[in-house]
Amino acid sequence: MIGEERIQELTSDLIGYSTADQTEVVVTLEESGLTRFANSAIHQNVMESNAQVRIRVVLGKKIGVATSNSLDRAALRRVLDTAMAAARTQPENPYFSSLPQPKPNRRLNACDNTTANCTPEDRAEAAGVVCAGALDKGLSAAGSVETGTTEYAVANSLGVWGYDTHSAARLNTVVMSDTGSGYAERNSVFFNALEPAAAAREAIDKALSSRNPVDLPPGEYVTLLEEYAVGEMLFYLSYMGLSAQAVQEGRSFMNGKFGKQIADPRVSIWDDGWDPRGIPWSFDFEGVPKQRVEMISRGIANAVVYDSYTAGKEGKESTGHALPAPNPYGPMPMNLFMSTGDSTKEQMLASVERGLWVTRFHYVNVVHPMQAVLTGMTRDGTFLIENGKIVGPVKNLRFTQGVLEVLSRVRAIGNHGQLVGSHGEGAVVPALLVDGFRFTGTTQF
Amino acid sequence: MRELASRCLDLARALGASYADVRVIRQSTEEIVVKNGNVEAVLINEEEGFGVRALAGGSWGFASSHRLDNAEADRIASLAVRIARASALVKQADVNLGPPVVSVGSYSTPLAIDPFAVSLEDKIGLLLKADEEMRRVPGVAVAEGSLEFIRTEKLFASTEGSFVEQTLVESGGGIEATAVNEGEVQKRSYPNSFGRHQGTAGYEFILGMKLPENAQLIAEQAVQLLSAPQCPSDLVTTLILDPTQTALQVHESCGHPIELDRVMGMEASYAGTSFLTLDKLGSFRYGSDHVSIVADATVPGGLGTFGYDDEGVPAQRVPIIQNGIFVNYLTSRETASILGQSSNGTMRADGWNRIPLIRMTNINLEPGSWTFEDLIADTDDGIYMQTNKSWSIDDKRLNFQFGTEIAWEIKGGKLGQLYRNATYTGITPQFWGSCDAVCREWNVWGTPNCGKGEPSQVAHVGHGAAATRFRNVHVGVMR
Repeated sequence: MIGEERIQELTSDLIGYSTADQTEVVVTLEESGLTRFANSAIHQNVMESNAQVRIRVVLGKKIGVATSNSLDRAALRRVLDTAMAAARTQPENPYFSSLPQPKPNRRLNACDNTTANCTPEDRAEAAGVVCAGALDKGLSAAGSVETGTTEYAVANSLGVWGYDTHSAARLNTVVMSDTGSGYAERNSVFFNALEPAAAAREAIDKALSSRNPVDLPPGEYVTLLEEYAVGEMLFYLSYMGLSAQAVQEGRSFMNGKFGKQIADPRVSIWDDGWDPRGIPWSFDFEGVPKQRVEMISRGIANAVVYDSYTAGKEGKESTGHALPAPNPYGPMPMNLFMSTGDSTKEQMLASVERGLWVTRFHYVNVVHPMQAVLTGMTRDGTFLIENGKIVGPVKNLRFTQGVLEVLSRVRAIGNHGQLVGSHGEGAVVPALLVDGFRFTGTTQF
Repeated sequence: MRELASRCLDLARALGASYADVRVIRQSTEEIVVKNGNVEAVLINEEEGFGVRALAGGSWGFASSHRLDNAEADRIASLAVRIARASALVKQADVNLGPPVVSVGSYSTPLAIDPFAVSLEDKIGLLLKADEEMRRVPGVAVAEGSLEFIRTEKLFASTEGSFVEQTLVESGGGIEATAVNEGEVQKRSYPNSFGRHQGTAGYEFILGMKLPENAQLIAEQAVQLLSAPQCPSDLVTTLILDPTQTALQVHESCGHPIELDRVMGMEASYAGTSFLTLDKLGSFRYGSDHVSIVADATVPGGLGTFGYDDEGVPAQRVPIIQNGIFVNYLTSRETASILGQSSNGTMRADGWNRIPLIRMTNINLEPGSWTFEDLIADTDDGIYMQTNKSWSIDDKRLNFQFGTEIAWEIKGGKLGQLYRNATYTGITPQFWGSCDAVCREWNVWGTPNCGKGEPSQVAHVGHGAAATRFRNVHVGVMR
């Protein structure tokens, strides 16, 4: 880390040097390490020091962006010149109104020293716990242990200034036998909260339980979706339609639905960058403080997230959900939460006469964005439930299913929210028990 | 760059590394996005950095930095060796790279027109022209076009004596038209989906696409799709895929399963493994006699074309499937040595801050003898699908389900009814086993979004493909 003062000197120099009508400088510095294991041994192990300076200039309604990973002042002035040249070549964009005005901002300091100072030996030790646990049961472990710190700042010529630090730690593992597998992941700001032994036990138990799966015909089943599976669906739901851009382009499942019931009344989904249970970030890539936005409120389509560009089109204010400029993808909720209920997974299981237990999904993709239909496979532990008990593992199944249908057919909601996700995007979600989840195909394992 | 590379290697060796390599990379990127007559994005990126990979104690370590100075070179080389020793704390066997590789040479992408010498005004003008053509069609809600140009200068050096310099240039572009009505959104892309088609080539590659000339057609099709009937569901029929969807089919159900690191479990926790276990090498029937696939890193213009991979192994053309029989994996030095083979040169890293992984080069389905017109005329009953929209496949690469942007019924040897939301599904070897015709109009399609590895890496790969016919395919899963 180089500190707030040095970064502010750098951004001030660039903004002072700029002759643009408006100038924005985003600085990100990262130190990260990732230790990867497979076949119960570390096979890839990396560390990285990187930076990025992103300069956006505005000439009237013409915008140019240039970036560099150099922190050299003279080099960055040349980057600014490049952004200016890029802006001059363009026709005006009538939809652009302005870079954001300053708002009261405060630091989150979601940075843990233990995570920041994590060594390759620390990560190897955590990986070793998982590998040894798997080997002890005659299984094979794969996975990764990841730690990183980010120092980030946004300044613009209108007076916006934001600076914060952030750390993240993640462990994930797939533990395998010859015929089955299990999964676990842990995410936290704190490296010491990863609990490799507990994660290993979870994945090992699942791997042992999922040996020798049997065929099950596709069809509609009452399904218990564990938190990993729910989180994956939520990420895709947000990608498909919870941004202002998707609504403005008429391609969101929220279009025409605001104020209407689109999910079970027990389901609320919101974004909150300040909630420490998630992967917190205090402001977005335009320096706008993150607002809590409840997109689905008690099952009713309520709101979407904005950056300054999409907000300007509607005469609204940004909700603090901008991605790095230039951003043709629009704003995005990155700190998702779903309301919890009052059931344990054991209670949900006991209530099922015949159905399926799904640990997680693999390779999910959008089939129909306006109907919020996804397809994907189950993975790392899929089980048949009969008379309130797990009967045994079944071979993985393909689903083709609308997410809003799932959220409308909720039988029970888990009483515990778990943080799932990766790469700066997180969701705190419960397990769900849903009726009529539609499986459309099978595979051979 | 050369001095910094030598310094890293000398220090790694002095610290006890049994092998080390270093890559020093400078990369320039230019991205332009135009949407509905406005310039949505012009981004110019310059970055540089270096990464040191070291073997010590029989295990790998890698460290990288964006600061190119002697002090940082010393820190990073030392750190790479330290990380390798940490890896050795959780080890099953020592890494064996096989015989030394000593490559000395250089390579540059052949160009007719340097894309970085073409003005931004000209590039924006080209996209705005195509954008205008799309928006001329009533009912188009979003018209979008993009261009991307990348120049990568990279140096590779190893303690075995390799020293390779390469300059790789990529040019890519594409357009999309989106039409929307209540409850339905339909998109058409040209010449491929995923935002663009891309190759190792100059600006001539962009001009050759004729984006403005093809804009009106895709805009009209997007609007027509809004009122087209849903593709029939739960139908078993003959399926003809256009060249771009065939390329996607090759990518997902052939390109990934043949990666030997996946087969050996090295990607198990993320991308998955492969059904193509080692016992299948040389004997497994992957497809019908019509199916022959090569991995060719030498084909001119392919997005997976280069001079040397990121272990310094020269680019190669390798048979993968010969008349339906599986004969070779994609390999690295480490994985090839386990099979008693030499690497076939597929290790590539997504930049200076990533380790090389086994990546597809240009995985090409060899062309057949049919013309497209003859193939349609020869098909009594079936569906023709064009341009990928949705893709999903299981973690051993067996069960897949793909959707396309547009489809047509085939009846009595002619294209008929237009369909929307077409999907098909299958199991990899059975599907390729049902292939009974490959056309001869063949092109290498660039796939610029192939994800793999942790930390995540995006590879740019190519697929030679032509229109291809499959029998008895399960079509339609939407209701």
